[in-house]
Amino acid sequence: MSRPYDSVGRRGFLKTAATGAAGVVAGAKPGAAQAPPDSAQQVVPSDLTLRVKALESLLVDKGLVDRAALDRIVDAFETKIGPRNGARVVARAWVDPAYKTRLLADAATAMEELGFHRHQGEDIVALENTSKIHNMVVCTLCSCYPWPLLGLPPVWYKSAPYRSRAVIDPRGVLKEFGVDINADVEVRVWDSTSEIRYFVLPERPHGSERLDEEALAALVTRDSMLGTARVTLGATQVPA
Amino acid sequence: MNGVHDMGGMHGMGPIRHEPDEPTFHERWEGRVYALSRVLRTRGGLWNLDANRHGLEVLPPVDYVRMSYYEKWFALMLTTVVAAGDVTQAEVQTGSPAAGSPRKAVLVTPEAVSSMVDRRASARRNAAVVPRFKAGQRVRARNVHPPGHTRLPRYVRGRSGVVLVDRGVFLFPDTNAHLRGEKPQHLYSVRFAAREIWGEQASPRDFVHLDMWDDYLQPV
Repeated sequence: MSRPYDSVGRRGFLKTAATGAAGVVAGAKPGAAQAPPDSAQQVVPSDLTLRVKALESLLVDKGLVDRAALDRIVDAFETKIGPRNGARVVARAWVDPAYKTRLLADAATAMEELGFHRHQGEDIVALENTSKIHNMVVCTLCSCYPWPLLGLPPVWYKSAPYRSRAVIDPRGVLKEFGVDINADVEVRVWDSTSEIRYFVLPERPHGSERLDEEALAALVTRDSMLGTARVTLGATQVPA
Repeated sequence: MNGVHDMGGMHGMGPIRHEPDEPTFHERWEGRVYALSRVLRTRGGLWNLDANRHGLEVLPPVDYVRMSYYEKWFALMLTTVVAAGDVTQAEVQTGSPAAGSPRKAVLVTPEAVSSMVDRRASARRNAAVVPRFKAGQRVRARNVHPPGHTRLPRYVRGRSGVVLVDRGVFLFPDTNAHLRGEKPQHLYSVRFAAREIWGEQASPRDFVHLDMWDDYLQPV
């Protein structure tokens, strides 16, 4: 088998790098306690804090990385790129049937109408949940997720329990999320094996007819756009 | 590869731990690893998305299961920065640039972040490739076990389904991950009955939809 790392031998190399990581820590903070690479201490967060800081410092010193750029990337995902973006798309589709038709036919172009870049939504597909069809999204092989619309994936989505079970026991998984699916409803699990990204257009909750687009967007949760939750009115005051 | 990452259908992984109001990053270092990865990925080559995924797949299985998500990313990053020539192993050991080593050009300036951060590099290609299958056609996922990177999960190999839609031409991750070219080909959304995959225990109303490249499929 040919790998990009043939000359080194991938696993042997990782071991070397782990040893190197301890060196990075020592370089950044002389006298810091060094765990042997194979010890369990290697995985404790405080150790990772030091090791990541050390690699970042090295890459900054080499000139490759600008710290301010890293700050901006982190800030963008903590404050701008998140499920509120997807919620706006869903709310618009609920109040505007023509928009919904466009969204289901060509999600990327429909997203652009709301100010999302054409490029970011390329190869994105919206899946409509109805009273007869329930869609849910998973990536069994890694962590593929519609992040331009929903932000970075939560830990549970990337975890072994969800990835392993979503395809073999979707109804059981949904039940754990508090979503009961009637036996006559078709369940479609979308395993994100390619660069196509899927997100769910959830059902509009009953009793929300008088809510405006903004109020509707506030109801839409991240999980509902993955198909692991329904949208509910919750404690929302519906205008008479 | 038939690795531990290929988890669809496995048992015994424990309960799903859902965290309400989960933060984007639980620890500061996680955000730094994510941001570093985004910046370094602009280098291409060994940093291409498929090579990166494969790099995670070949982590020792025990580590793959034990490590947290961004911890795996960091473990891979430590190997890739050296393999891609960003730094030397000696520099990783000492934590400082080698004496007299030339300063490298910055990969991403702060000003460039806003125009790159919410964009995904598309894997779609304009190559004129003839599709081998069409919507509505019955197909079978090949029963193959490539030792390298593949996006054909074990649980669906040998199973038959129906092509829902031809998504167009995309680069092929199985070759791209190993820097053996993009081999652009048609990608299809294929619908498999859950009972075809899992047997009688599955609901007759459940379906699993997967994206599959021409090379993964054969006619029924």
